[in-house]
Amino acid sequence: MAITKQDVRHVAELARLEFTPEEEDRLTEQLDKILRYMEKLNGLDTEAVEPLAHVGDIVNAFREDRVTNQAAMEPLLANAPDREGNLIKVPKIIE
Amino acid sequence: MNLYSLTIHELGEKLRRKEVSSTELTESVLKRIEDTDERLHSYITLCRESALAEANTADARLRANGPHGPLLGIPIALKDIFVTQGIRTTCASRILDNFVPPYDGTVVKKLKQSGAVIVGKTNMDEFAMGSSTENSSFATTRNPWNTDCVPGGSSGGSAAAVAADQCIASLGTDTGGSIRQPSACCGIVGLKPTYGRVSRFGVIAFASSLDQVGPMTKDVTDCALLLEAIAGFDPSDSTSLNVPVPSYAADLKKAPKGLRVGIPREYFIPGIQPEVDKSVREAIQVLAKGGIEVVEISLPHTEYAVPAYYIIATAEASSNLARYDGMKYGYRHPAVDLTQTYTKTREHGFGPEVKRRIMLGTYALSSGYYEAYYLKAQKVRRLIKKDFDEAFQKCDVLVTPTAPTTAFKIGEKTADPLQMYLSDIFTISTNLAGLPALSLPCGFDSRGLPIGMQIIGKPLDESTILQVACAYEQATDRHKKKPEL
Repeated sequence: MAITKQDVRHVAELARLEFTPEEEDRLTEQLDKILRYMEKLNGLDTEAVEPLAHVGDIVNAFREDRVTNQAAMEPLLANAPDREGNLIKVPKIIE
Repeated sequence: MNLYSLTIHELGEKLRRKEVSSTELTESVLKRIEDTDERLHSYITLCRESALAEANTADARLRANGPHGPLLGIPIALKDIFVTQGIRTTCASRILDNFVPPYDGTVVKKLKQSGAVIVGKTNMDEFAMGSSTENSSFATTRNPWNTDCVPGGSSGGSAAAVAADQCIASLGTDTGGSIRQPSACCGIVGLKPTYGRVSRFGVIAFASSLDQVGPMTKDVTDCALLLEAIAGFDPSDSTSLNVPVPSYAADLKKAPKGLRVGIPREYFIPGIQPEVDKSVREAIQVLAKGGIEVVEISLPHTEYAVPAYYIIATAEASSNLARYDGMKYGYRHPAVDLTQTYTKTREHGFGPEVKRRIMLGTYALSSGYYEAYYLKAQKVRRLIKKDFDEAFQKCDVLVTPTAPTTAFKIGEKTADPLQMYLSDIFTISTNLAGLPALSLPCGFDSRGLPIGMQIIGKPLDESTILQVACAYEQATDRHKKKPEL
């Protein structure tokens, strides 16, 4: 097994996901199959190869810190799941 | 002849000569959608009123006879991954079911400035994760050539809409083949430009180092016109390339004589549908007759592309999708505390494939597995890019099948995620290498389903790809056949 049910539970917690026991079983089986397929990569010697994260020559894109968009408070707030006046209402964070 | 069945360049002529108005054209397209979309489900959201208002504005501009580009008054469909101001944008996910963006993405802004008419938002696999559009939370789009089959994915709604004349052209996104594979399945032209050629600002992110926006059209000329309209540097996307945009449509007129086409032997393998193999080989012969030299080349690391891709893409996705927490926008599932609110929101908001990929990506990045999976995949990505660099020493473009098979049956691959992932076997290498690649129709199988061939080019050399595609298109009439609906 490349991945166990315990691993699946642990990763689900990290990803803020939850599964039913049946889903956990099916997911463990599917992920195991996929991960074992991915182990094909181990057949390649990459000792001397530099990893490639991105094809572009990425440099820091500095810009001035100035407002360029128009204020659009209402359309933004209209998307909030819950609000109070001009504030987005969220569950209590600090006990 | 119906207006909806024409191309951008044909309609541009008619609009300029005042033979038709954009309002008539837009009404014709809306009627076509009304008549066919109950069967096809290409669209998630229709923009009837705003489309007619935009057509009206376009007509005023046409009457004024001022200078304008080729998209003025042309009805265009957008994959529901493009953020559109005031128009619901769902990414085919329940978690964004009620999301109405407060701004337009850069390509949407560009289309609007060019006077295009946005007719609607098309269906897709949820968060662009899939190869069949079956992972949409709303409906499964049907292939216009055979409604028992998938349209491909993830831009399946866009591909079906173009093939069924439910729009004149469309935009999709391509992270591992999501423009090209559905274009092949639906018999249209689809181009994934060079990474950085088109701005990703206002495109809902899946895997940021791989995602790219591109045109999906009825022919190669339209593809060039639409690419020209959306390409270019954007200060809002720090990965967009600050280089001039060529006139792709004007460049089409150059004959591709003397060019070298490379045929990678790893793309013609046992297991590929024999009719696809045969059809693409015949297409290569057509190119050869037109004065293009054909050379065999090798991309030795091809077989490692799928596993490397599904590690990198899922790792990036798990990070990108962390933002969907039910706090500021989108769906929120009420629960006892903050952590449970996050978890329940994501449990109910995301569909099974999205969750599976978040799990894979989180696993690949998690402590103890990072080096074995993510770092390893990035090293393999370097080898795959090097394969292409070396191949392009010997040729100008590569020609391959776009997908190993024609469109498969609805439900055929949903139970086995790995089989679904292998639908992308010929398209994902170019995303890993950041290269431009186009799919165009090159025949039909015995069931009447379209076959696509892929033309891959050097970085920023979309012009040569389009020239080769245009030469093939002019030598044949395969793109002219339409599905019967």
